[in-house]
Amino acid sequence: MLQLDSIHKQYEGKPLLRGVSFEVAAGETVCLLGASGSGKSTLLRIIAGLEDAERGRVLWQGSDLSAAPVHTRQFGLMFQDYALFPHRSVAQNVAFGLRMQGLPPAEIEQRVAEALERVNLAGFARRRVTDLSGGEQQRVALARALAPRPRLLMLDEPLGALDRALREDLGQFLRDVLHHSAIPAVYVTHDQEEAFTIADRLVLLRAGRVEQQGSPQQVYQYPHSAWVARFLGLSNLLPGRVVRRQPLVVDTALGRFRAACGGEPPAAGGVVSLLLRPNGLDFEAGNAQENTFHAQVSDVVFRGEGYRLTLRSGTHSLVFHTAAALPEGWQGRLAVRAEAVWCLAEEDVDE
Amino acid sequence: MDRSLDANRAALTPPKSGGVAPPPAAVRARRLPAAWQTLGLWLLPLAFLAVFFFLPLGGILRVAAAGLLEQGLSAAGLTRLTRALGFTFYQAGLSTLLTVLVGLPAAYVFARFTFPGKGALRLLSSLPFILPTVVVAAAFNALIGPRGWLNLLAMNLFDLSAPPLNLLNSLPAILLAHIFYNTTIVLRVVGSAWEQLDPRLEQAARVLGASPWRAFREVTLPLLRPSLLAAALLVFLFNFTSFGVILLLGGARYATLEVEIYIQALHLLNLPLAGLLSLVQLLCTLLMTGLYTRITARLNIPLNPRLRGEGASAARTLRQKALVAATALLLFCLLVLPLAALAGRSLARLEPDRGQRGGFQAGLTLDYYRELFINRRGALFYVPPIEAARNSLFYAGVTVAVSLGLGLPASAALSRRAPVNRVFDPLLMLPLGASAVTLGLGFILVFNRPPLEARSFPLLVPLAHSLVALPFVVRTLTPALLSIPHGLRQAAAVLGASPLRVWLEIDLPIIARAALVAAVFSFTISLGEFGATSFLARPEFPTLPVAIFRFISQPGGLNYGQALAMSTLLLAVCALGIALIERIRLPERKE
Repeated sequence: MLQLDSIHKQYEGKPLLRGVSFEVAAGETVCLLGASGSGKSTLLRIIAGLEDAERGRVLWQGSDLSAAPVHTRQFGLMFQDYALFPHRSVAQNVAFGLRMQGLPPAEIEQRVAEALERVNLAGFARRRVTDLSGGEQQRVALARALAPRPRLLMLDEPLGALDRALREDLGQFLRDVLHHSAIPAVYVTHDQEEAFTIADRLVLLRAGRVEQQGSPQQVYQYPHSAWVARFLGLSNLLPGRVVRRQPLVVDTALGRFRAACGGEPPAAGGVVSLLLRPNGLDFEAGNAQENTFHAQVSDVVFRGEGYRLTLRSGTHSLVFHTAAALPEGWQGRLAVRAEAVWCLAEEDVDE
Repeated sequence: MDRSLDANRAALTPPKSGGVAPPPAAVRARRLPAAWQTLGLWLLPLAFLAVFFFLPLGGILRVAAAGLLEQGLSAAGLTRLTRALGFTFYQAGLSTLLTVLVGLPAAYVFARFTFPGKGALRLLSSLPFILPTVVVAAAFNALIGPRGWLNLLAMNLFDLSAPPLNLLNSLPAILLAHIFYNTTIVLRVVGSAWEQLDPRLEQAARVLGASPWRAFREVTLPLLRPSLLAAALLVFLFNFTSFGVILLLGGARYATLEVEIYIQALHLLNLPLAGLLSLVQLLCTLLMTGLYTRITARLNIPLNPRLRGEGASAARTLRQKALVAATALLLFCLLVLPLAALAGRSLARLEPDRGQRGGFQAGLTLDYYRELFINRRGALFYVPPIEAARNSLFYAGVTVAVSLGLGLPASAALSRRAPVNRVFDPLLMLPLGASAVTLGLGFILVFNRPPLEARSFPLLVPLAHSLVALPFVVRTLTPALLSIPHGLRQAAAVLGASPLRVWLEIDLPIIARAALVAAVFSFTISLGEFGATSFLARPEFPTLPVAIFRFISQPGGLNYGQALAMSTLLLAVCALGIALIERIRLPERKE
């Protein structure tokens, strides 16, 4: 439905977006994930029509929106700080978009009530928005964005201003609302856990470009680059050199590993990064020469459903999640399961 | 692994809908660039300034230059110029010094102490901000004038037949009125800076062994210096351009530049000299406003009103209590006594009226108010005073409409980020630097032909008032517009509001309060404006201040009483206005 075609945008003379393209299908929730300053919010503002792209097009069902002013696009946007109208009550805020559509008062009243019902704020209609808590304001903003039944809903870090506990609650709540409304949505966040909760599909932005996109599982399982892995909290990365292509064998400071990779395997002698997945640790090293390494347990944290082991091996520090624990200070050989070793191309540094 | 999702590669392949033609150029061009929109907003305010400010200034320049070139400056003219200039600086300097001496302790007491009635006194102290000069002059006349309370009291006590105190038409009367007017400025500017000052700084100095006076001199005073300087300069500027007070309380002997311009232009019809004086005046005021702007730019204007009163506590020692009581009493007397004298005197008959038989009748009377409705002279150009009130209200209404009509687009332009604002903003503030008398002179010099002939086009009066009010309106509206988070307008646009609708639904309701304050400001400015009006008002359409001026300078108890009655009415309207402003403003502070 929504299609972004090679969007370019500069900010204060520096390129901010450098050819961003992706699509949003009907009913789909796409999460734009990226570090702060990666241009996520600007991209939303370009889609909304609040800013113009220097190059590239925004298409809705195949037709270019460049000439369509903001107020004619029928998109919904939930602002980061909500931008609730302080001079209007909760109900008047929610009714705003409906009034702009010129609906009869009776219908507006009914749909405002529905929208407030949906965000569990049924009794709040006459309250002043300035008297609400952060979480309540967030839900009013959501109701205001949803009430006019937009063709596309955009959410700009909607949980950013809330504290931790509230974020988890409202994250789940947003997920339910988005799924039930069947409105295609673009959700901007810098928090990967939030993105995993909400997204049907992730689009990772890095330095103004799309670094990778796919379902959350896909991206998490098969990151394309060391940057993506690190961004998603996968920190067990080892630099290495390719010894053989088929099957792929890589030498690292910790020893020799057999690895899998996406697409064409890198050439022999090439420099790569190995990702050891945090759930891939095997205490039974046996006599195997490959996929094993010597390490010392430097930290053990009980995490309820299991343990988090921090291992020290040479100059490297590796973190694994395991079902059983090893005593702190334990030394010896450990193995990594073959499917838990993933080979990544060494990143091209152009940030 | 499926690498076909790689967006870097995807970006290189043409999208499926690549066949859609780009929109025609005409469609894109419909969205006017922001810079042109800003210029469009400036169009009307700038056109107004060009015709009603720069054109009159040009007229003054031309007349003064022509006069100089043709006749040169006569020795008599030079004497008048230097004498007026000297006296203007002398009285302004003296007034400023005295005002600071009164205002500084008051600022200290307001910043550091809480006391009963502080809020009321603060509210009262904002009254002089919008009181017309004519009313203040009339008030002091009612207090210390030959027919005022002081003289009446003395005559009654000592059984005298003539007023013993000759305070009117003297320098002290002028100084007193100026102190009345400007103490508030010192109180506000220095007081708020003092409030922001951490009391612990002075306490630290005391602990280190400094006496109270030493701590004040070495710690507090240096920190207050910028605000003190700014306040003093502003007070000096106001005293420098003071017109009504000097004309009414000083008399012909005490001619400042302003009064001299008025006399030369309207009484002696020496327009070239009047023009020259105006130019000197303009030069001085522009220099001072420039200096003031530079000082205040460096001044850290407190933005956080929550700090208000944090360092204030009740007076503890006997000396503190005495200081607080004395300052509050002095301030109360200074602010209230003249106004109470005015209102009281307008209701009291205390002397025999000339021409009326029956002798002395003392007591309360509403006669002076009743007489306002009667044209006793029956003369053609002598309208009943109530007509003046009607004219004033009509002019004030027009002023509100014009100044808001021009101020709104100007403020909207100023609240945008546009490079042109850096040029146009100071341009808009220029009328503040020109005195009202200069404006009036410029108007009669330039608009001396139909259709805009000063003596037949009555709307020139409210147009001049609008020029005076415009900077205040813009200075009130712009911060309100700037305070609207940009996100609100964008949220409204995304929800389907067109640009016009956004303005109506978001900007307008939010700035309504500020707009009302601006409207009250320009209404009271127009009601009280005397300098320009004295040049422009036609004899048969006087405004209230002009009528007051006429009545108060004429003999007879009835005239005097009527002048005071009109002044009291004007005072009441202005007090109502300032109360309204304070009421409207207060909820804003809470947010």
